[in-house]
Amino acid sequence: MESRREFLKTTATGALLLGSKSALGLTPDAHTQSKSKVVIARDPKVYSSPGQLDEKKVSELLDRAIVSWTGRDNPVDGWKRILGKDLGPDKVIGLKVNGLGGKGIATHTALTKAICDRLQQAGIKPSNIVIWEQRANFLKACGFDHSDNPGSIRTLSSEIFGYEQSPESFGTAKVNLARALTLCDMVIGIPILKDHMISGVTFAMKNMYGVVQKPFELHGTGCNPAIADVNCIPAIRQKVRFTVGDALSSVYDGGPSFHPERLWYPNALIVGDDRVAIDHVGWQMIEKKRAEAGMPSLEAAGRPPHYIATAANTAHGLGTNDPERMHLVEI
Amino acid sequence: MKSRKISIVLTVIAVALMVHGTGCKKSVVDPLPGSGEATGWQKTSETRTFAAKDLWQYIDGDAEQYISAGVVSTSTSDYKYNDKIEAVVDVHTMKSADGAHKILVAGQTSDGKPAQVGDEAVQYARSLIFRKGVTLVRIVSYQSGAETPQALMGLARTIAGKL
Repeated sequence: MESRREFLKTTATGALLLGSKSALGLTPDAHTQSKSKVVIARDPKVYSSPGQLDEKKVSELLDRAIVSWTGRDNPVDGWKRILGKDLGPDKVIGLKVNGLGGKGIATHTALTKAICDRLQQAGIKPSNIVIWEQRANFLKACGFDHSDNPGSIRTLSSEIFGYEQSPESFGTAKVNLARALTLCDMVIGIPILKDHMISGVTFAMKNMYGVVQKPFELHGTGCNPAIADVNCIPAIRQKVRFTVGDALSSVYDGGPSFHPERLWYPNALIVGDDRVAIDHVGWQMIEKKRAEAGMPSLEAAGRPPHYIATAANTAHGLGTNDPERMHLVEI
Repeated sequence: MKSRKISIVLTVIAVALMVHGTGCKKSVVDPLPGSGEATGWQKTSETRTFAAKDLWQYIDGDAEQYISAGVVSTSTSDYKYNDKIEAVVDVHTMKSADGAHKILVAGQTSDGKPAQVGDEAVQYARSLIFRKGVTLVRIVSYQSGAETPQALMGLARTIAGKL
């Protein structure tokens, strides 16, 4: 449970980070009645040396984030709460990682493994955990090879495992979904926070482009409204119910590819069940870093992430982009 | 006599055309060096090549800027230097030198320094990008260290020598 001191810190840091009004100047979404809780958990010592993650500290950081978000006494109970109705011997949990940017800026292996450990401790069988990415080289960048051995955690590349034959659609998006998604009862998104030269920012919602067969067809007009539309496809909307955002490292410009000259280390995880709120928080972190680096805002650079506001509108209703409707906890 | 002269001329022309069309044409050389070609560098993966229409399979989200600049194909491979520094090399063959130049300057930041390789080059602490003719080469390392810039330059010069 959150202490009064923690709450006061949260309120202050949240106001500092996000400002008192939506950066996009939107009126609050009428149907979003309760606040979306987003936890930013940081550890400035999560890297033992430049570029070298301390796996134990990653696991501890994840635990702190989950305990804070769920309000439970320990991380395993926290995961049980997150899994909810999908905690069962036959339930399949998917972990959608992101390795599109290559080895230098992919979902960190240590984080994915830490989540796998906790899921198993919460009662999920290894063979019912599916880690997947769109292409084999993206999956490899996240530290895994395509492997579908009985009894083990399954690590699948959709390039090999395949896509559904019948397309699904919502709005502008008409896509063939990954068969790996079909396998899963619930999906936890584990995106990595990055600047994106088309959409402005890639994080929780953009990660779902890795669930469809031809994401390059969805890049028009800054991926807006396509990112919001893809996330509204029923299987994605209903199954992707939690995000552990990897902001241990990030690129604040030149993304989604790896540009070491634009690499920075927020040393943070951003967790929650509101994908829109998480993207808004991630966006603000990138804007803050760009300003510190003397770079123009994403709006000035010609690629504001308008899809975040689109996802929050009444036509999509995926979450909130209004800071006043977020409960931001920074630990 | 006249018909013999005509026959000789036609034969010479035919041979010239054959030579021009096949044997004397400069063969396509893989610009990605094999292990040991650049001092200290081992090639640690197969070369993968993507046509412009398939570039999204390698760099989805980034592919558009290369396509708009006229990329024809991209080849890539992983490398390792003295078992310490891992790197990836991307070789983009563009339709024109202007297209390659456009990409080179678009990604330039203030901490980049001009470097002496190819026709134009920019070096950072952990990456190096250069253009030679219509070819744009980007080398990115995953580790930083005092020897990284020099190691990247050695690999870059070997690649430039093969272009």
